[in-house]
Amino acid sequence: MSPAPQLYRQASWHEPVVMALGAPGRRGLLFPAVESEVAALGDTASLVPASMRRRNAPALPEMTEHDTLRHYLRLSQQILGMVGISLFGTCTMKYNPRVSEALGLRPQMAALHPLQDPSTLQGVLEILWNFDNILRALSGMDRFTFQAAGGADAAYTHVCVTRGWLASRGELGERDEIITSIQAHPCNPATAAAAGFKVITLPLEEGGYPSLDALRASLGPRTAALMIGNPDDMGIYNPQMKEWVRLTKEAGALAFYDHANFNGVMGKIRARDLGFDACMFMLHKTFGGPKGGGGPAVGAYGCSAELEPFLPRPLVAKRSDGSFALDVPAHSVGKVREFLGNVHIVMRAYAWARGMGAAGIHEASDLSVLANNYMQKGLSAIRGVAVSNPDVEGPRMEMTRYGVGPLKQDTGIGVVELGNRMTDYGIDAPWLSHEPWVVPEPFTPEAGELWSKEDIDTWVAVVAKVCEEAYSDPDLVRTAPHHAAIGKVLAEGCEDPARWATTWRAFQRKHGDAARQAAE
Amino acid sequence: MTVESAHPWMANSTPEAKAAMLRKIGAPSIESLFAQIPEDHRFRGTLDLPPALASEVALKRHMLGLLKKNADCETNLSFLGAGIWQHHVPAVVDEIAGRSEFLTNVWGTPMSDHGRNQAWFEFCSQLGELIGLEFVGLPVYSWGCAIGYAVRMAARMNGRREVLVPASMDPERLDVLRQYAEPDGSAGHIAVVPVAFDAATGLLDLADLKSKISAKTGAVYFENPGFLGVIETQGAAIAAMARAVGAECIVGVDPISLGVLAPPAEYGADLVVGTIQTLGVHMSCGGGAGGFIASRDEERYAREYPTLNISIAPTVNRGEWGFALSLSHQSSYGMREEGKDWTGNSVYLHAIAASAYMTLMGPKGFAEIGERILQRTAHAANLLGSVKGVRPRFTQGLFKEVVLDFTATGRSVSAINKALLAQGMFGGRDLSDLPGFEGCALYAFTEIHTAEDVRRLATALTEIVT
Repeated sequence: MSPAPQLYRQASWHEPVVMALGAPGRRGLLFPAVESEVAALGDTASLVPASMRRRNAPALPEMTEHDTLRHYLRLSQQILGMVGISLFGTCTMKYNPRVSEALGLRPQMAALHPLQDPSTLQGVLEILWNFDNILRALSGMDRFTFQAAGGADAAYTHVCVTRGWLASRGELGERDEIITSIQAHPCNPATAAAAGFKVITLPLEEGGYPSLDALRASLGPRTAALMIGNPDDMGIYNPQMKEWVRLTKEAGALAFYDHANFNGVMGKIRARDLGFDACMFMLHKTFGGPKGGGGPAVGAYGCSAELEPFLPRPLVAKRSDGSFALDVPAHSVGKVREFLGNVHIVMRAYAWARGMGAAGIHEASDLSVLANNYMQKGLSAIRGVAVSNPDVEGPRMEMTRYGVGPLKQDTGIGVVELGNRMTDYGIDAPWLSHEPWVVPEPFTPEAGELWSKEDIDTWVAVVAKVCEEAYSDPDLVRTAPHHAAIGKVLAEGCEDPARWATTWRAFQRKHGDAARQAAE
Repeated sequence: MTVESAHPWMANSTPEAKAAMLRKIGAPSIESLFAQIPEDHRFRGTLDLPPALASEVALKRHMLGLLKKNADCETNLSFLGAGIWQHHVPAVVDEIAGRSEFLTNVWGTPMSDHGRNQAWFEFCSQLGELIGLEFVGLPVYSWGCAIGYAVRMAARMNGRREVLVPASMDPERLDVLRQYAEPDGSAGHIAVVPVAFDAATGLLDLADLKSKISAKTGAVYFENPGFLGVIETQGAAIAAMARAVGAECIVGVDPISLGVLAPPAEYGADLVVGTIQTLGVHMSCGGGAGGFIASRDEERYAREYPTLNISIAPTVNRGEWGFALSLSHQSSYGMREEGKDWTGNSVYLHAIAASAYMTLMGPKGFAEIGERILQRTAHAANLLGSVKGVRPRFTQGLFKEVVLDFTATGRSVSAINKALLAQGMFGGRDLSDLPGFEGCALYAFTEIHTAEDVRRLATALTEIVT
């Protein structure tokens, strides 16, 4: 198959904001009238205390069912959203098996209430239990909770569990520092701070990771935990991680493994074997749950037997008769979110893991690393593109960070412009980097096990094509996209209190004339 | 290890693809690509996983076998609410939220993912109309998490570390709030102080509020309708008391009520939080949870949001509008530990569903569903109150939920619920964990219930308690 880049044209419906659609009196949804015995109770107005009655109807659109469907279908056609090729790194873009989506809409999943008697939830409890066991096998941990509603929420779960563990030892307030690295995902320092800890951030040194000396200098009687990921987003695996964990434990602190970048090491290493006390997996990426534009997600948090009593409540337990129940851990830190978490996403992750099996999961990490190194061969040959950490030799893990610093220097075209122009070829703009940017003009693709060799070839060819364009016709790239639903958004006003508007009513107040025109 | 045949979810699981890629890399084997990992880090054992079900046929059969062990709220008649409610989810909403473009997208550019950004803006805009506020953030994990974030916003704004909450607050949401408020002994501890409520009406006890509120109070939180189903009529008075001491007034709402109940901004709410699950999101055993935070569009509030926010913005084409993130630098993505709490994945797909749901509803849909729920709740309280020994604790101003006191029946809530279960009914949430409500349960009634459903419940309860 030829990877020659083909231009793509996105649908452009000029679809007004829904607030400007519809016509008075139209209905999209009706509700059955109440029976006479219910109506006999009197006027509905009498059922609401006078001070609490709504006096003015909300200014919502009045749309038919069909018009509503068409409006959102048009919006959906104005989302590139993985219909082309998306190698959005650190997010591990996977196919979401539609069998699981279909199962999720069945009443045996969709129409379950979390407070039903456990005897009526035996299927989901068994799924939670089985999947807990799958993650135990993959991590070596002793117990998992699925209450956290995302990866960041799992990091938050860890700092909450850390507080509980410290309190049980009379060390809450004494051990008040959490160590992380500048390459760790922002959710690690952010949740640590939100849970009352001071954050120590280690800089990167030789080899692409912080030094053991820096770690030693930071550890002490005030250290509560280490929160760290490995490999990092550069695709570099820190070979000293066992020593990191040993030193952390020696200092009396907990070691937490942010396993966001699990795809390249699935089945190859296990967090507990390396000495970690706890880890987390993101079920909406590594385990095939849908992205949904950002959730609903699950951060599966696993820990050692020592920390299990502190986990959020409730936890699924298996009784001797084979039935499943809900238990409260002895020293539970409470809840990080209501109920059992995003159970329907755990169901999808379990189905994914069963669809893959042990050999399939091994194969997936093999293919992820293979694909990334294959892609690196292509990308590193492109004029204007630099590979991060050029001093680090040898193969990378499942992703590599690049930068178009040279391109920017040569042509003035940076990575944002590159990404915008890539979308003209039907390719989702790549992930850049979390703050701070260590590599100039960074981008971070990740192919995982999903995308074919041809997809990768096409992706690389598009980057090469856009870089060529940047040298030959920089204005073409600077003014991109040229084939999207709308022209380039001028976002400066989004930081200006006089201009930002997160709702239609704010838009109307701040941009009266324009809002009236937009509504026409 | 290798799989026997190419896997449907892995394009490069063919020997040909692997060989071609290895050739290009110039590596002898895939194993050689893992050279960075020291041998003593490697797991060389066998993963103890159940057998693979690589065919969809086998996988579906296995999954259905498990799911069929559940008893659901369609086959059975459920009266459970208390934080997750059974409302009708229109088929159109499922169709829209299930579209690949909405289901699988991640952060595209403002141009390439324009449609999704517009749907998010429409979610915020429609919710803003219902609650009467101009600044609405993108959704957060749940109602409980929204309370926690809002209380922390208030604490950052006024530097005070105390929040007053109704003693009748949902224990589930209270648990989450206590987590966000940090335990005693943690550096940022915020004291969560319960305020008594009137035993006869369920309304907040203003005398107790007066005795507890002070210049140390950072926020006053209450809900409308309250956890126990009672519409709080003293919103304006509570908000005024909060304002008088310089505290923020935070109101929690279920937006499904806002076609008939006053928007909280009207009676003085500074910050409004609540659920979005009731707006077209399936219960999914609690996976339907989702929350939001909103306020007046004032800079001092806007600059404290931990959420990602989407703003309408002009494009290079005259008269054309797009959307872009607003105030993202203040999030943890922009400022790590210096950011406003933390941000990550949330429930953005639920926001798409909720947006489509609100569009279908319109002003008349919200008025109609609100009226139906008011009527059905009043009817249920009335009818079930006629069962000997069963007493609705509150009878006036109820929305969707009714506290039934079974004390006089001599039967425990768990025994009653067990008996109901045997008849294919899920009784209300046992309130034994709420002080003063031993022997009580919280029953929910929505637009999906009929008078016949309630009669069936009344008949069953009559049999059970006599």
